Amino acid sequence: MLFSESVNTGFLFLAPWLVFFPVIGLLINAAFGHKFSERTIGAVASVASGAAFAASVLLAVTVSGAHGEAMRWRLAEWIHVGSLNLDWTFRVDSLSTTMMLVVSGVGTLIHIYAIGYMHEDVRFKSDPGRFRRFFVYLNLFIAAMMILVSGDSYLMLFIGWEGVGLCSYLLVGFWYELDLLGRPSWANSNAGNKAFIANRVGDWGFLIASFLIFYTFGSLQFDAVFAKVHEVNEGLIVAITLFLLIGVTGKSAQIPLYVWLPDAMAGPTPVSALIHAATMVTAGVYLITRSAPLYSAVPEAQHIVSLVGAVTALFAATIATGQYDIKKVLAYSTISQLGFMVAAVGMGAYVAGMFHLITHAFFKALLFLSAGSVILGMERGHHHAEHAHHHEEAKGKRKIGKKKVESGGHDAHDDHASTGHGEVFDPGDMRNMGGLRKTMPVTFWVYIIGMVALSGLPPFAGFWSKDEILLDASRHSQVVYWLLTIAAFFTAFYMGRQIWMVFFGEARHEAAEHAEESPRVITVPLMILAGLSVLGGLLNLPFDGFHNLGHWLEHTIGEVEALGLNLQVAGISTVLAALAILISWFIYGRKPMAKNQNDPLESLGILFKGMNGKWYIDELYGFLVVTPYKTISHFLAEVIDWRFWHDWFHEKVLMATYNWVSEIGLNLYADQKGIDAFANGLGAWSQNLSAALRKVQNGFVRSYALSILLGVVLILGYLLIK
Amino acid sequence: MTLDLALFLVLALVAVASALGMLLSRNAVYAALYLVLNFVTVAVFYLLLGAPFIAMAQVTVYAGAIMVLFLFVIMLLGSDALPKSQVLPWQKPLAIVMSVLLAAEAAYLLVTKAKPAGDVLPPAELVNTTENLRQLGNALFTDYLLPFEVVSILLLVAMVGAIVLTKKEKGAR
Amino acid sequence: MIPVDYYIILSAILFTIGVLGVLIRRNALIIFMSIELMLNAANLAIVAFGSVIQNFSGQIFVFFVIAVAAAEVAVGLALIVEIFRTKKTIDVDQMSSMKG
Repeated sequence: MLFSESVNTGFLFLAPWLVFFPVIGLLINAAFGHKFSERTIGAVASVASGAAFAASVLLAVTVSGAHGEAMRWRLAEWIHVGSLNLDWTFRVDSLSTTMMLVVSGVGTLIHIYAIGYMHEDVRFKSDPGRFRRFFVYLNLFIAAMMILVSGDSYLMLFIGWEGVGLCSYLLVGFWYELDLLGRPSWANSNAGNKAFIANRVGDWGFLIASFLIFYTFGSLQFDAVFAKVHEVNEGLIVAITLFLLIGVTGKSAQIPLYVWLPDAMAGPTPVSALIHAATMVTAGVYLITRSAPLYSAVPEAQHIVSLVGAVTALFAATIATGQYDIKKVLAYSTISQLGFMVAAVGMGAYVAGMFHLITHAFFKALLFLSAGSVILGMERGHHHAEHAHHHEEAKGKRKIGKKKVESGGHDAHDDHASTGHGEVFDPGDMRNMGGLRKTMPVTFWVYIIGMVALSGLPPFAGFWSKDEILLDASRHSQVVYWLLTIAAFFTAFYMGRQIWMVFFGEARHEAAEHAEESPRVITVPLMILAGLSVLGGLLNLPFDGFHNLGHWLEHTIGEVEALGLNLQVAGISTVLAALAILISWFIYGRKPMAKNQNDPLESLGILFKGMNGKWYIDELYGFLVVTPYKTISHFLAEVIDWRFWHDWFHEKVLMATYNWVSEIGLNLYADQKGIDAFANGLGAWSQNLSAALRKVQNGFVRSYALSILLGVVLILGYLLIK
Repeated sequence: MTLDLALFLVLALVAVASALGMLLSRNAVYAALYLVLNFVTVAVFYLLLGAPFIAMAQVTVYAGAIMVLFLFVIMLLGSDALPKSQVLPWQKPLAIVMSVLLAAEAAYLLVTKAKPAGDVLPPAELVNTTENLRQLGNALFTDYLLPFEVVSILLLVAMVGAIVLTKKEKGAR
Repeated sequence: MIPVDYYIILSAILFTIGVLGVLIRRNALIIFMSIELMLNAANLAIVAFGSVIQNFSGQIFVFFVIAVAAAEVAVGLALIVEIFRTKKTIDVDQMSSMKG
């Protein structure tokens, strides 16, 4: 595993350029973007990200040329303090290149998509100036993510980890002064805060784990740490792995810290796809895979990890079933699928976890981007309908109507707020949709592909990766296996529900009736991702000779048993998925929901209420953490600090004592007679002195120079007589 | 007295005289020309000290470029002597006294305390001009590459700064 | 065979003349020239020391000083021209807006 001079380093010198390319892109946009057109800004950002992808491909070629040998590229000295010696070193091995390819590949497609998406979004929200800022953040994210996956030490990984957290915060709160529906509110910025704070709890775990690693192994560099795994106390490793797990639950949205991810949907849709579905949230899975030698040494911790993942998978899948917002469904679905991955890497099935990470990046990015396309289509339809109304109204008073039309998209935000049907139109609410398969055919078909891939029907990508996880689970733990299988059932069900509600039946809102298909710049990335979602399974088919990903990764994480296709496991999951889609058809497809009709699932009563209300975990956290925290803060501020310290102690005790002493003793005798005289004398004296000194400050530069010379002469004189 | 020493003493005399000439001449153009003479003599000192490259840089950059710039500015602003001024009457005597003190202190300190071991200079003949240039170039582009590049940026910034400072603002006056 | 002391003393004398120029002349341009003279005096001392210890660093240092001096002159003269434009004089005693 160690780098040796004999290895042909090939394109290794490109490693730092993974970070430099996006940084160059963001610098260009930040410095000159105000002079660029939207297309140029988008092109610069996309090219920067594409260049990172090209570099990733060349690095992957280099690694495979070196037979998977891990290579390092030292860019600069970094921290050398005491026994801590860290350099800024990029680590290029089969695992990191895999992540690089996913991040930059999916990232580039999303950059391109975002050109089209943000073009409309900034106009609907009437602030075109933010187009540039969006792409600057997006490039910054790619750079941070590259640091994360290519770092050669826990600290460098942590830098990237924090960097992506920052970008997530910036992008979740991108429309910080609005809420999800574009009304003025702090909802979006609160969502950003929530994401940041929840991640902070996780980062605390990561930091403690890093400290423990340094304490235990005396190094933070991966190879140095892993080389000593069997020499140290097992209890410490358990502690390290569990603290790392806290970090993972934060970043990868697992129980108990997952609550930020659904709220993070406040960000623009490309952000949800890139950061909160395809790449950043998988950082936790990457972290566990990277730390595989640590986890493999402590099976107890592995059990806990896989249980957390499996419980999250099922839990989030049930919540997804009860949501109405198209993006919220996908958000909970993401949490659930991340649960699959975490469960897999927890069981030591690192290849299966990484496999699912890759295929999930494809189809979840596809689904999110398609959802964005749906939302844009709905907004267009809504806009269209609004304008139709305006035209009718304007017949009598032509002038005003004309002005409205001219101002066009810029007024869209005001239109939303001022007109409509007495309530604000929510383009993301699935109850407003229906029948979109006719108006948005491309989006419909790619959505179907994403849905089938996610549901896990063969031969789409999701089937192969999910099945590999289930197979591993069936051999490790029956509890985990059944949790995941039920979660898979729910997955197929909520995806079916979504498809029927969004694309089939009749339009339930005039916006859906007038919805329009998105432009090419949006649909082409969708089609590419759809192709990847279909073919992604080829990476690692469960047949002899097709375990490509497994053989590729084993250079980094060691030999992993390559499993064949188990007909029983595959059969159960396929039948369950098909059954779930059938049930969803039975409920939503056979008799489509009509306008203003309630969700048929509401007949489940309290069960649906729970699913729809996210099992009230937010409220529980509010009750358990936020409210007590606020109460304690309030108590400390109001009672302890203000009433006790300020009002009572300072005002009463201290001041009274002070007043008494000063009135009686000091004021009369010491002060007026002794100190006053002295102080007044001192004051008068210093006044005279300063009047004299004031003349020195005469404003003539030559006399200042003379003063400097005086100083020089004095200092030299001192040196002479010393 | 060797030839070197004689040359040195004569040049030193010229250097001090031209510096004093710059100090005392009423007319700014004369002052500038005296300074040019002073710079050229210093360049000869560099040759004597075995630093031909610095000598050439001194002549081209200082005596050439910088002083020409000075002359241009003098032409621009006029070289007339300034009218008598009544402010700061004590400035001149104080300055002279303190400067003499400074010169004495500095020379004494430098000669007694700060001087490196070995108190005679190598004869100028020992230094080969090409060799000196080669080594200097090597050092500049290897060990001192970063400072070298930084200085180039500094020069660019100074150029831009000079242009911005002297540019007449549109419609400002 | 010239003792290094001679160079040092010469350098000190030139430096002092530069200091005097700054202190007693009122013409901003001549003050500026005096500053250049001081820089030269310091350069001379550096090269002399460098030649005694047989080291190149002195010459390289002086090279950088010359480069920085060129930049300084460009900006300084620009400032003087700008001051002349606003104050219509280059007498530094006519400028005392820094008065406290």
